[in-house]
Amino acid sequence: MTTLITEATLPAAEAPAPGGRLRLVLSRLTAAKGVLVGGTIVLLLFLLAFGGPFITHWDYATPDYSALRQPPSGTHWFGTNGLGQDVFAQTVRGLQKSLIIGLLVALFSTVVASLVGACAGYFGGWIDRGLTFLVDLLLVFPSFLIITIISPKLKGAGWIAFVVLLAAFNWMITARVIRSMTRSLREREFVRAAQFMGVHPLRIIVRHILPNVASFLITDATVAVGGAVMSETALSYFGFGVRAPDVSLGTLLAAGTDQAPVFPWLFYFAAGLLVLFVLAINLIGDGLRDALDPTTEAARPARTSRSSK
Amino acid sequence: MITDLIESRDLLEVKELAVDFGAAPAVRGVDLRLKRGETLGIVGESGSGKSVTALAVLGLLPGSASVRGSVRLEGRELVGLPNRELAKIRGNKIAMVFQDPLSAFTPVYRIGDQIVEALRIHQSLDRAAARKRAAELLDLVGIPEPERALDNFPHEFSGGMRQRAMIAMAIANDPDILLADEPTTALDVTIQAQVLDVLRKAQRETGAALVLVSHDLGVIAGMADRVAVMYAGRVVETAGVDELFARPRHPYTLGLIGAVPRLDTGGGPLVPIPGNPAALGDLPPGCPFAARCPLVQDRCRTAEPPLAGTDGHLAACVRADELAERRPAPSEVYPVPTVPPPAVSVPREEREQVLRVTGLTKTFPVLKGTVFKRRVGDVYAVDGVELDIRHGETLGLVGESGSGKSTTLFELLRLGRPESGRIELLGQDTAGLDRAGAHKLRADIQIVFQDPMASLDPRLPIGDVIAEPLLAQHAPRELIARRVPELLRQVGLEPAHAERYPHQFSGGQRQRISIARALAVQPRLLVLDEPVSALDVSVQAGVLNLLQQLKAELGLAYLFVSHDLSVIRHLSDRVSVMYLGRTVESGSVEAVFEQPRHPYTRALLSAVPLPDPPAERARTRVLLAGDPPSPTERQTGCRFRTRCQVYAALDADRRGRCEQQAPPLAQAAPGRDHAAACHYPEA
Repeated sequence: MTTLITEATLPAAEAPAPGGRLRLVLSRLTAAKGVLVGGTIVLLLFLLAFGGPFITHWDYATPDYSALRQPPSGTHWFGTNGLGQDVFAQTVRGLQKSLIIGLLVALFSTVVASLVGACAGYFGGWIDRGLTFLVDLLLVFPSFLIITIISPKLKGAGWIAFVVLLAAFNWMITARVIRSMTRSLREREFVRAAQFMGVHPLRIIVRHILPNVASFLITDATVAVGGAVMSETALSYFGFGVRAPDVSLGTLLAAGTDQAPVFPWLFYFAAGLLVLFVLAINLIGDGLRDALDPTTEAARPARTSRSSK
Repeated sequence: MITDLIESRDLLEVKELAVDFGAAPAVRGVDLRLKRGETLGIVGESGSGKSVTALAVLGLLPGSASVRGSVRLEGRELVGLPNRELAKIRGNKIAMVFQDPLSAFTPVYRIGDQIVEALRIHQSLDRAAARKRAAELLDLVGIPEPERALDNFPHEFSGGMRQRAMIAMAIANDPDILLADEPTTALDVTIQAQVLDVLRKAQRETGAALVLVSHDLGVIAGMADRVAVMYAGRVVETAGVDELFARPRHPYTLGLIGAVPRLDTGGGPLVPIPGNPAALGDLPPGCPFAARCPLVQDRCRTAEPPLAGTDGHLAACVRADELAERRPAPSEVYPVPTVPPPAVSVPREEREQVLRVTGLTKTFPVLKGTVFKRRVGDVYAVDGVELDIRHGETLGLVGESGSGKSTTLFELLRLGRPESGRIELLGQDTAGLDRAGAHKLRADIQIVFQDPMASLDPRLPIGDVIAEPLLAQHAPRELIARRVPELLRQVGLEPAHAERYPHQFSGGQRQRISIARALAVQPRLLVLDEPVSALDVSVQAGVLNLLQQLKAELGLAYLFVSHDLSVIRHLSDRVSVMYLGRTVESGSVEAVFEQPRHPYTRALLSAVPLPDPPAERARTRVLLAGDPPSPTERQTGCRFRTRCQVYAALDADRRGRCEQQAPPLAQAAPGRDHAAACHYPEA
């Protein structure tokens, strides 16, 4: 090499370390306080949901006829409801359902939405027309009606079928947004460059398109978590999904809403846990978004925080 | 200063002008003076504060800007004047010509109405008289059929026409000062030459003083009487144009002059100014240029030198006197990289053919209708392109916008069957390639795009960016881990930078990353699509030197696409000129640039401004008339004849040949590498 003048006097950085984007994003993710806090809260919620039943001798379904609508006390930590069932036992049981349903529905619908939307936008032509038609079709179908018709047939399949069903009717609008975002990204030069390098189309979608729409996807997914818990409630209210005597946070809230002014313990414990859950998911989502977006300074680890101008 | 007093009083006097946007300064104490009828050129790189200075004079800065200092027009203070008072001056005493004429005209009003409006604001004219005057103005700036043009909307005009109309509007009220902010930056060279000509004419007709803001030293050299060079929000040197170009006293000016590739000299490395333009946000104490200056001394870092000097030649450098006395060439002051001798030394004929394109065409359908699309016509984007590149050489592809350069590139890179014609890459016909074959061949042809920000994924660390083509070719992991640091070093970056994201780099560095990515799979042919047109001159020189160096070291072949003939001249071995989708002339750089045979090439060459005032003034120009015709109509005969000066001078008999037969690309002489597609070429 001859005398080459580098354009800038960049500070000599430390020794090169291989690893690429994944490692960088992970290191930024772990450096973000919000993610740590959010992650801890979610972890604690899971511990409560699955460990809770073992620390109380009350069962969520068995009534205690000696204590009807009792406020929280030493025997019934969260009080009891009108049937004498222990609210703590019910809440942790409901939390189990809602945590899983909320997370999985959001995950499934986001994955489906991003894949369908990105493929439709990226490939265009017949693939686009076919997928857009499917999306439009699902959007005009009354999803509630279909779930009503299908769910009796899925009785035996349990909650996982319910999750799939909820997710299946929850992704279309996101997919449409992703499609239009992809269409503009497709014209960008870095996507062109990848095409000319011979990168496989699916790889371009995963490596270039999706990370560039990640901010929207993450925001959408965090909203979807709360939405899934609530739509599960609506279905449960009509007798689909989670059925009595089984409970979810949604059914507990639905049952406790009108009694909240008089018997607050029936409502506020379930509501508080739901709010805490959604809040924690939001914290994680924000952290993830910042970690994926290199232009945000907040989540950058201190050692690379200096930008070279 | 004394000479100034003897001559007429200053028309415009700017003193200690400073502009801040919030906490960040944009202009830090600018002094300018402008006499009646003179042309002042303000030159500087992006972010030097030249446009902000121009806007501050007119009071056109947004509310977030705080302006200090003084701007006096014929002794009247403009800074701090209420908007209503300023409005009386704008367009009347001082008129502005903006860079982008499309956004400077309101799209929903007719051109005529907008000029009439400008006239009636400042003069008491009735509608009919104003309209008549507007037509005269359009005629003056050379718009054909001015009466009809008045009723056109801005989008119906081409870029050059819009800029003419903008100038017409600016001179409508006989202003004393015309402020032109990069008036030709968005235009092609032949159109630029037309517009500069119109500006000169407008200035002559109105007797106005002209302030020309530009980054292009060539334009400044040809237009200005006096020049002010700006750096980091200050004027660092000002002098008469000949004096400044012949005897620069500030090392920055010296560097700028050395960094510009020139049309009239070939080869040799350029003089890059190391580093990047200073960021105004956090300036170090002392001279802002100190970090990039090869003549820096300790005292430079303590205090900022004032603008001082004699005979109207002022420079803000502690060593200005030394420079004035010694008058070194740019290469004596700045370290110039040595370009190693080329890796390939066999004569051209014996070298391996890398790319051969014959008779390439590409048409796009023009569709109409929303539900049922029907074809209403064709755009003949590429219509007969011939290219020929051998191992280790650079072919410069020149053409104005719309000439089909980019379409040609995309057809090449598609590696598919062309619409018609033949593309041979490394001896393989791309029409006969299967998927696997095309994928393998992709490693041999790589591209560097124009805009280094858009062509790098903002969410990918650059280590991954550079690894991408290797991954696409299924290279083993160890190879990738080894190649990435190696490539970064090769383009003058540090291996540790692999972890950073594209936005953390400057424009020049990003273009280096693009080059590293393209080199990753060791291609045989590198396609460079306007790789330096988005960069500042001083940074551009560094990238051009790097390209020359890499070519010599690695024996690459380049297909270098550019609209900038000086850059082509500097870098290429051979050149191919395109006009409306056709190759009109090709040959070795010396042959084409010194003895151009096609009238279009001649016009193109004469339109390029030289950064050398005496030479620029002495040149005779071939000004092309009008704009290129639309590519949607396929003309019989020669496509250039509508603008051709040779055709215009022919008699009717000989014109017939141009009208009926499309001229083939014919060799000038057997065995000579020079061909032109013209029936009546220059010998």
